[in-house]
Formats: sequence, structure tokens, C-alpha cells
Amino acid sequence: MSVIAFAKNWNGKFKNSSYELVSYTKNLASQLNTKFIIVSIGEVKEEELKSLGKYGAERIISVNNSQMNTLTSRVYAQVISELAEKEGASTIIMSDNESGKAIAPRISVKMKAGMVAAVLELPITINPFVVKKGAFSGKAFEYVQIDSPVKVITIAKNCFGLKENQVDVSIEEYAPQLDASLFKIQVLEEEKQTNRMDLADADIVVSAGRGMRSPDNWGIVEELAAVLGAATACSRPVSDEGWRGHEEHVGQTGKVIAPNLYFAAGISGAIQHVAGISRSKCIVAINTDPEAPIFGVANYGIIGDVMDVLPKLTKAISNSK
Amino acid sequence: MNFEFTEEQLMIRDAARDFAQRELLPGVIERDDKATYPTEQVKRLGELGFLGMLVGLEYDGGGMDTISYVLAMEEISKVDSSVSVIMSVNNSLVCWGVEKYGTEAQKQKYLKPMARGEKIGAFLLSEPEAGSDATSQRTTAVDMGDHYLVNGTKNWITNGKSASTYIVMAQTHSELKHKGINVLIVDAKSEGISVGPHENKMGMRASDTCSVMFNNVKVPKENRLGEEGFGFKLAMKSLEGGRIGIASQALGIASGAYELALKYAQERKAFGKEIIQHQAIAFKLADMAVEIEAARFFCLKAAWLKDQGKPYGHASAMAKLYAAETAMKVTTEAVQIHGGYGYVKEYHVERLMRDAKLTQIYEGTSEIQKIVISRGLIA
Amino acid sequence: MKILVCISNVPDTTTKVKFKEENTLFDDSGVQWIINPWDELALTRALELKEDAGNSVDEVSVIHVGGAQTDVTLRKALAIGADKAIRIDACPADAYSVAGQIAAYLKENPFDIVFSGIESSDYNGSSVGAMIAEFMDYSGVSSVTSVAFEGDELILYRAIPGGKQKIKAKIPLVAVVQKGIATEPRIPAMRGIMMARKKPLEVKPAIEMQILTKSVKFEMPEAKGACKMLDAEHVEQLLELLKNEAKVL
Repeated sequence: MSVIAFAKNWNGKFKNSSYELVSYTKNLASQLNTKFIIVSIGEVKEEELKSLGKYGAERIISVNNSQMNTLTSRVYAQVISELAEKEGASTIIMSDNESGKAIAPRISVKMKAGMVAAVLELPITINPFVVKKGAFSGKAFEYVQIDSPVKVITIAKNCFGLKENQVDVSIEEYAPQLDASLFKIQVLEEEKQTNRMDLADADIVVSAGRGMRSPDNWGIVEELAAVLGAATACSRPVSDEGWRGHEEHVGQTGKVIAPNLYFAAGISGAIQHVAGISRSKCIVAINTDPEAPIFGVANYGIIGDVMDVLPKLTKAISNSK
Repeated sequence: MNFEFTEEQLMIRDAARDFAQRELLPGVIERDDKATYPTEQVKRLGELGFLGMLVGLEYDGGGMDTISYVLAMEEISKVDSSVSVIMSVNNSLVCWGVEKYGTEAQKQKYLKPMARGEKIGAFLLSEPEAGSDATSQRTTAVDMGDHYLVNGTKNWITNGKSASTYIVMAQTHSELKHKGINVLIVDAKSEGISVGPHENKMGMRASDTCSVMFNNVKVPKENRLGEEGFGFKLAMKSLEGGRIGIASQALGIASGAYELALKYAQERKAFGKEIIQHQAIAFKLADMAVEIEAARFFCLKAAWLKDQGKPYGHASAMAKLYAAETAMKVTTEAVQIHGGYGYVKEYHVERLMRDAKLTQIYEGTSEIQKIVISRGLIA
Repeated sequence: MKILVCISNVPDTTTKVKFKEENTLFDDSGVQWIINPWDELALTRALELKEDAGNSVDEVSVIHVGGAQTDVTLRKALAIGADKAIRIDACPADAYSVAGQIAAYLKENPFDIVFSGIESSDYNGSSVGAMIAEFMDYSGVSSVTSVAFEGDELILYRAIPGGKQKIKAKIPLVAVVQKGIATEPRIPAMRGIMMARKKPLEVKPAIEMQILTKSVKFEMPEAKGACKMLDAEHVEQLLELLKNEAKVL
């Protein structure tokens, strides 16, 4: 019995979510009174692998194979399941992101292991194994019991935080036997918006709504985001009108995010929007309408025109630097 | 008695609601402000089948019952009555008559494209000097053997400019008075037809209303709808159904304003609490809710009678009168609940109030409805 | 070519969520049920692919695991344009069992492409699509924002952090789709609504499936403290509070 966690890398680099995964796994392993292994797939330099040690990863298994740099869920799931069986793992953990969403369900089926996605805390009890997750798009929480001997969970971003715990790292290489027929999908090209902070990863998000009045006014949103090192986002009407791309739409049917700090500028705060941001640590609302529902969920509020308040904020932040 | 809607009726209501909220709400203020005809929106209305929803499936319509029509009209009118009036005229006043009294050839040629929403129709009854008193038609259709020669002017014509097909009331035998009136299906592109400028109206500003002039327009004999001299009766029959459409429109205007007022009253605070917690506002909303529910029952009852094949003229006049009066009252109160915000265009209720006024006037003023209703009482 | 769209039946997104029986069950009284928004977008895209004459899609069907009360939702899918609906008569207990039921149907009735929405807006599972892929031993692409044909192969875009990948894939395939796949869900046309009852809605008995997880109880989030209102003229006050009180800057 042990715990195995898959730490995803992006072009050979880990992100805070990978480190959070290690922190979570270490704590879960001690709750279960067992050992844990971190698995990395694709080419990652030794130094980068060792960075996981800062959060307590003592043993890492690295599948250092360039053929596996891009995500093929079938292949990743097979490798992780193999390792889980080899190591006798009873719990398999990964981050709730685009790779976790694709791989974890496959492992669940392969190993006949009950799976819960986007877990918010360490298990409430381990026997029975009960975890807490969001339900009804952030409007409620649900406690789910996993009854199978092997369990698969993915953890929500910012659910646990980073807990430093420097240890010495041992890295083992693993070379799986892979059947070429598994690689049925082929990545032709990748388009990256390089100068942009990704919404799902951002600690600070500046989001704006119809209160901006016109897509031409977005400069002040981007300026504030730039001084804060934040990502930009928008409400549904704004993305529906085509003022901003749908990849920026935050809300129940768009992206659900959990940054440390969320600015809602000129967003009234419809229930579907709030569902997408309710896990933010701190919400700042700026709106001309003092009755806007967004103030009901915000920690700090400013009644005022975004066109006036945002530039003032940008200036104040620049001055304080 | 059964107050349950069928699954299809609810699905139609939801489709109308989704369409109104998603495709009519954005831009409705601007279209009203600039009196811009909703070209794109009417096209979509046709694609979704609302323009011919009452026409049978065999003539490319939706084959729906009148109950569904009431539900759809209400949802669309909650947002944009300039669009719903186009739907009402096309379904109730134009398609209905052609389907009921038209020849097979007329149905193939004129009804099908209108039921599909590819073309729309207009109903040309009102004249500069014949509004409520429709018997005194001055437009003439002289029998020339193989065709009628039409001369005269029609006023307040909804879809006057955008329609491809006109249903025209005209006097052929003036000595027979209203029994000499014929109804003709006229191609709007016929030679001799000219269309007046868009009327600059108080409400329903985006729908196109104008006068249509006929100067020696030749209309083939086969385009007469129904028997010789049946025109006036046909027009009155069409209006009976039309009133269900306009009553449902008035209902939608009222319930749209009420929903906005209810929401506003729960958000807006005064003297430390939401204004709905003040009895003055709460009681207004209670009155509004009761009257709207009553208007809805009137509309559904008239629709049900029509669907059952029973006489519905009396019921549709009552529905039209009550719903129109309710729309005016409720929208006025909705503006009042909104206070200063209610008086500006951004909050929608002032538009609904302007739109409501027309429902008391067109397709028979409230006073005309009272004539119809009271005559029904005597008979 | 045949496309199967997995549909789940969820409460309308504006529903005020309540629970009953000591917070162990969702209280569905007065709830309006809808097609899960992501599934509805998937269906919309499937129908677009069918309507494009350049493709050879000749069937778009929907499948759902649930009781008879969910037929209304399936008929809505038929009204929107699906050719056929299949309901597997079982209570959807967990993602594993739902995926297993759908896979069992697929083994008997093969489809070339399976669409599944990225998650359901009720229990927020996000796993059914990828589980079906594994049960069937199909390829799968997740976080898909665009699908088009290129001959017999598919070109898909997958959202990745900070961008997207263009992917070429062979059928059979499961695509787990998210926002962007279609611009807006389709509004059913009047004729579609009238034809819905005339289209086939097949009810299939469920197979024996193990259930691996169960819901124990629900909890409502704690009410947030009052919002601190600040002066628009003194935004530095806000910065001060974000730094020293909330400690997020």
C-alpha cells in the first residue's frame, strides 16, 4: 500500500500546481501512514525534478521519454497504472487540470478504482475514504465515499497550498514498453499566447464585464493586469458579444477559477458568474450600481465607474512599487 | 378542466424564451430608439418557425395549437413587441385566412412561403377614414372580367413595407355596403402600388408601419379569397383570431414589465431595506401579479376555445380588452417602482409602457372590444 | 459516419440549490431540468457536422443513463435535431457505472465518434467521456474547443495552459468538449418540436455495473462576511487592505 502522484510538466517545467500536488500527496501519505512516489512523464531535466524535493518528494520515478512529451491520455494512463500496480499503490493522485481530467478516468477504469475529481481537502476520513468536492458549480459541497480498494482523486487548484519541506531526492528512471498503436492522435502544432498569463494558473485575475461599455476600453483592464502580473478575464455577456475571446469567459459555463485575488470590474455578478469565482480567496468588486449582486460575494467593494477607478488603481500600484 | 401544459407546449414556451432573451434582448433598446426594422431577428423568427407556427404541417407550418401560440407570443413580447406584432399579423391575420378560405393553388403559392417564414404578409384593412368603422371602406376593387382593378389608400399597415403579400379589403359593390367587400391576395410588387414613409410612432417603433397606396393595380380574379362578397366577414373572422395574438402580446408586455419590477424591487434598497419589503411596493406587485394571471387565463381560454373548434370571438374580445388594459396599468406601475431609473431607456420598462399603449388601440380599440362584448351579451 | 452525444440531465443553471433528508439528497422539488450546457453545445456541433454536406455524417444520436422522468430532456435533444435517443434505464449512480452502461451499448451498436461534455453542472464529475474511451479502448481527446473533418480523420483543437494544440486523430474517438465547440446551443424550431415524438426514443435495460463511489452528504458554503465598501477617491486604501488585511498582494 502506497500513494502515487503524477506531476505534470509543461515543456519540461513544473508549475505551482505540481508543487501543490507534492505537498498534498506528502500529507495524505502521512495521514495514511505510508510512503509516496511522484511520477513524471516526458523529458524533464534532473534539476527541475529535484525542485519537487523542496515540497517533500523523496522518491521520483521519471519516464524521461521525448516521445511522451505531449499528452496522449491512453499512454499516460497506461504508464501510471503500470507503476501503480508495480508499487502496490492504493491511492493515485493528480492535479485537476486538462491532463488530470483526461488521464484519471482512464486509470479508474483500468484499475476498477473509484474516482473523485477536483477534491478540495485531505480526506475527511480514511476508513471509509471520504473526500470533499464542489457540487452544483460552486453552489454547494459534496462528500463522496470511495469504496473500491484502489482510489483515484484529482485535486483542485489552490485547495491545499504549498507546504515547504526540503528533502533529498532520489530519481529512478522507468522505461515502459509502449505499443505504437496507442499513439493514434498526433499533435500537429501548438499555438501559444506567449505574452499572456494563463487564467487557470494566475494568482491574480482582473476581470471585466459589460460595465466597460465597449471592447475599445479594454486597455485599462490590461494595464491594471500588467502592473499586478495578473491574467485578464471577462463575464459571459462580454464573451458572447465577441468583445473578448471565450477563453477569457469565467463562470459556470466558462472557466471556473480559484485565484488568490479576483477583481470584478463592471460585472454585476449573476449567479452563474459567481459560481465560477466563488473559490477565490479575495474578491474586489467595482461597480456603479450599489445594489449589484457582486457586492454580496465580494470582500472589498468600490462604488464607482470602472473607467475612472481602474486607471486610479493602476497608478496607485505603480507608485507603491 | 386541466391546467397542465403539454410537454410540447412547454418546449415551445422555452424555445420562445431562449430566442427572446438571447437574440432579441441585445439591441432591443437601440432598435426602438432608431426605429430600425428587425431584419435579422425576423429572419430568425422565420427559421425557427414562429412566423407560421399555427399553419398546418402540410403547408410547411408548425402545426401547433393556439395555446402554444399564446405562450410563445407572451415570451417574445416580454422583450420585443415590435417583433411579436410581426409574428401575430403573419400568423393570425394573414396565414389563417389563406389556410381557412384559400384555394389549393393560393395555399401552394402564397401560404407555404409565408408559413416557412421566407416571406411575410400584411393585412390591409384600416383606411384614413375607416379605422374602427371598417364597413366604410373607400378602397375599390372594380370587377374587370378577368381581374379586379384596385384603387385607394390603406393606413397603419403593420409590415407595410416589408411584406411580400398583402391581404387587401376593397369594395366591389358599394351598393351592397359591407356585403360588397372582397378580400384579395395582392403581390406587394404589383405595378401601381406605392408605400408611404415609416410612421414615427410612440411605441413598437421598430416594426414597420406605413400607408400603402393603390393606383390602378390589376389583381387576377383567382386571387380573391373566399366567395364574392365574403370579404368583410372574412376580415372580422380574422380579427377574432388576431385579438388572441394581440391579447397575448399585451400579456407579454405586462409580464415582462412585472418581472423586471419584481427583480428590481428585490435588489433596490430604500430606508435600509429592499423596497419590496415596503408595503406600498409589495402591494403594487401583488396587484400586478393578480391582473397578469387573470389576463393569462383570458388568453388561454380564448385559445382553448379556438383549438376546440368552438366560437371564440366573444372570448378573444374579452381577452384583448382585459390584457391591453392590464398591460397599460402594469407597465405604468413598473415604471413607478423603478422610480427615476424607470424613466430612462436602459431599464426597459418605459419602452414596455409605450408599447403597451398600442395594444389598447390596434386590432380594435378597447372601446370597440366593449361593443363586441356587449353585443354578445344581448345576442 | 455516426456520432453519439452523451447527454446528462441537470437542474437549470439558475436553480437555488437545496438539500433534504439531513443534507444527503438534492431537493429537486420545483426544479426545471435541462440538457447539461456542455452536452448541448456538443450536440449543436454534432448537428453542424451532419448538416455540412462535405462530411459524410449520416446519424447523430444522443444517449443518456436515467429514469423515465428524463425522457423530456431527451425529447428536447430530438427537437433540436438528434435523429435518435437512447435511454439506458438505470439511476446514474457514479461516473464509472454511467460510463460502463454507455460503453456496453456502444459495444453492441458501434459509433465512430462519441462526444461528451467536459463536466455536468450538477455533481461536477468530469470523467464519463474519458472513462468511455477507456472501456472501449478508443483514443480520446479532452478539453476540445473545435472539431472538424479532414477526410476520414478529425482535426481537433485542445485547450492547454496559455494556448491550444492542433491535433489530428483517427476514428473511433471520444472527444470531451468544452466551451468554444459551438457558439451557442441551438433553439429548437417549431417543426423540430412537433417531430420530436415521431423520432425513436429507445429504452434499453441496464447491465449489471459495480458502483465504486457514493455521495455521503452535502453542505452549503458558509456565508461570506459583509463586503467592506471603500471610497472610489482613495484607492490606496484598497491596496493597503489587500496587502495587510487580506494578505493577497
